[in-house]
Amino acid sequence: MAIEVRIPTILRTYTGGEKVVAGEGATLAELLSELDSRHAGLRERIVDEKGLRRFVNVYVNDEDVRFMGGLETALKDGDTVTVLPAVAGG
Amino acid sequence: MRYDSLVDSVGQTPLVGLPRLSPSADVRLWAKLEDRNPTGSIKDRAAVYMINAAEKDGLLTVGDTILEPTSGNTGISLAMVAKQRGYKLVCVMPENTSIERRQLLEMWGASIVFSPAAGGSNEAVRVAKAISAEHPDWVMLYQYGNPANALAHYETTGPEILADLPAITHFVAGLGTTGTLMGCGRFLREQVPDIQIVAAEPRYGELVYGLRNLDEGFVPELYDESVLTARFSVGPAEALRRTRELVEQEGIFAGISTGAILHAALGSAAKAVAAGVRADIAFVVCDGGWKYLSTGAYAGTLEEAEAGLEGQLWA
Repeated sequence: MAIEVRIPTILRTYTGGEKVVAGEGATLAELLSELDSRHAGLRERIVDEKGLRRFVNVYVNDEDVRFMGGLETALKDGDTVTVLPAVAGG
Repeated sequence: MRYDSLVDSVGQTPLVGLPRLSPSADVRLWAKLEDRNPTGSIKDRAAVYMINAAEKDGLLTVGDTILEPTSGNTGISLAMVAKQRGYKLVCVMPENTSIERRQLLEMWGASIVFSPAAGGSNEAVRVAKAISAEHPDWVMLYQYGNPANALAHYETTGPEILADLPAITHFVAGLGTTGTLMGCGRFLREQVPDIQIVAAEPRYGELVYGLRNLDEGFVPELYDESVLTARFSVGPAEALRRTRELVEQEGIFAGISTGAILHAALGSAAKAVAAGVRADIAFVVCDGGWKYLSTGAYAGTLEEAEAGLEGQLWA
């Protein structure tokens, strides 16, 4: 079993239109590098040299990784990682 | 309780226990019933504070026009207060919002400019900023960056909760403008340093995230990540399931965003039970269910209800 990664509409150009891709890695950083080896360019749309990009949110099993370990958040088989652009409410 | 006018009656809402949904006598949930405000939502607090602040700063005089991007509730609250105080209101609202929101806005005398569904509130903000540039005499209160929004919760909602629940361990609310979480969160942390401040963020259908570019994402100026201890993304399936549980188990008829908040509150409760620690978890009932009846949220199967919310801004 692998990690399920949900890709937002805006980044599906990197996944051949796929909404959900499978990936592997012991941490979020490893997962993003592994995905980038098969979907070149995806990683740098999500992170820059300072970490997660300001308008991108990443959730592991629905929890925002910024309140977990950030890019070092530990992952295990069966986890779901969701990538979403930041949107407003109110 | 007696007040000089309707506007003066905003706030002082009840905090009620959830005897059936609380997991044990040591881990308890408490609902802050913000639907008891004059227009039926927590946004009345921010609306009164933002208008009072603008009046105090000399930005508003009778007959002026207020402009605001809103997915509904803030607009409805502003419309009520503006009408009482003699201002006109123009709301920029995404077109994928419930019909009741439009009806309520018009009833209180607001005019509505619809923004495209794709992009959700981000688009409403963008359209409102463009209109503001064309009408420099209109006053945009701008709930996403107006300190009076968070201050309303720092000075009223937070203190009310602490007075009713001095043993509070968790505060859970929805993340939209971030005003409730920033204001209540700061106040409660000052008084209860180890409190958990938990955000529940609605996860909409894909249409709402249909931005042209990731750089067009939006983080409200009020948002300060350091106030929160956790942030959860809650989709429509869980939000609907919890909204129905709340009315079935506890009799509380709430809007759908409250279901998302209850989901995060129950998650915090489960963690406390697993850790064997006591918890008093206060969460916000943002509004009642009335404005969402037309979406089908409360009838039929959950699958049907979820299908009805697809592409809608339900929180």
